[in-house]
Amino acid sequence: MKQEWPLYEVFIRSRSGLSHRHAGSVHAADDEMALNNARDTYTRRKEGVSIWVVRSDTIIASDPEESSAFFEPAEDKIYRHPTFYEIPDEVENL
Amino acid sequence: MYTQGLDQAGKSDPAKPGVETKEQLDAFQSRIDAEEKIEAKDWMPEAYRRTLIRQISQHAHSEIIGMQPEGNWLTRAPTLKRKAILLAKVQDEAGHGLYLYSAAETLGVSRDQMVADLLSGKAKYSSIFNYPTLSWADIGAVGWLVDGAAIMNQIPLCRCSYGPYSRAMIRVCKEESFHQRQGYEIMLTLCRGTEEQKAMAQDALNRFWWPSLMMFGPNDATSKHSAQSMAWKIKRFSNDELRQKFIDVTVQQAEFLGLTVPDDKLRYNEETEHYEHSDIDWQEFFDVIAGNGPCNEQRMEKRRKAQDDGAWVREAARVYAEKRAAASAAA
Repeated sequence: MKQEWPLYEVFIRSRSGLSHRHAGSVHAADDEMALNNARDTYTRRKEGVSIWVVRSDTIIASDPEESSAFFEPAEDKIYRHPTFYEIPDEVENL
Repeated sequence: MYTQGLDQAGKSDPAKPGVETKEQLDAFQSRIDAEEKIEAKDWMPEAYRRTLIRQISQHAHSEIIGMQPEGNWLTRAPTLKRKAILLAKVQDEAGHGLYLYSAAETLGVSRDQMVADLLSGKAKYSSIFNYPTLSWADIGAVGWLVDGAAIMNQIPLCRCSYGPYSRAMIRVCKEESFHQRQGYEIMLTLCRGTEEQKAMAQDALNRFWWPSLMMFGPNDATSKHSAQSMAWKIKRFSNDELRQKFIDVTVQQAEFLGLTVPDDKLRYNEETEHYEHSDIDWQEFFDVIAGNGPCNEQRMEKRRKAQDDGAWVREAARVYAEKRAAASAAA
């Protein structure tokens, strides 16, 4: 089987003010083709003002199997939330 | 975020199938029962992965093959506007195929493998696309009935348990309703036209009605994969439920057009509030799936030829990209 074109992940900003969001993937021979393919595949109805394509093999991802251990430090730090603090009602603007 | 390459070893790497413990299976089922979405690198039973690869890739193949019966009328659309619209619809089908291949690849199968399975005949695609489009009215019938049936099936899939598939379905459903309206509008125009045009519309309905009902798959009792797919929340409604819903909705649309559904047993039941209908000829369905439909050979031959004809382009693009990368690395 011949070698496949590399895989790129596609991120689209639907309008200014919003972040880029992951839309899916495309195969392409190079970066320029990846942008064009992403535009043709994911924005036929002007769903985007900006596209990022990233080669899939350069993405580093956290391991879902390790999520509990990885995110554990955040679990018991409730004092990071404003609701943890009791402020008397008479005090305004806090 | 996740990488999709086969070189990415996850805990449920298809290349290294492990023992699935009862704990793992139970934990997985609890996630499903809690309506949690399963994402690409999450642990999943091998059978869940396999059934999704099968279903999503066959869904993708259906979209790509489906471009052919409609592509058949691109050069013969009655007006420039209708030609541009049909072109947009066919482009959408290509796009839908690509969303679905993309979703399937997250499960560890390669694009090349999926295409090879299609071309070898190992992978199936929706039976409906093995029927010919013989007149312009057929393009109307296809949009109205075939896309209509697809919508009925795809809306529940937006809630399926596998994240990438459900997100692809949301994207598809947004685009699919233009398809059905395009088809129905063609039927409306023909039915409001001359006697000959109306007869052409009726003929199209006559030929596409039963194959469209077959799109929902075999009766529940004989459907092989259904029970497990329901338990894993891949499938949300049974084949018969969706088929009945489609009939109830579509008969009224046919009545508005002034057309007759080709079923003399069709009758509204006041008590059940559903339409009763004749039995489906399942032999035809199985014959077509087995490769003996009117257009199976033609569909596959066209797809093989496209694959073969494009091979030098794919290879040239790849080699050119490599050369340029090497040149800029050396510079």
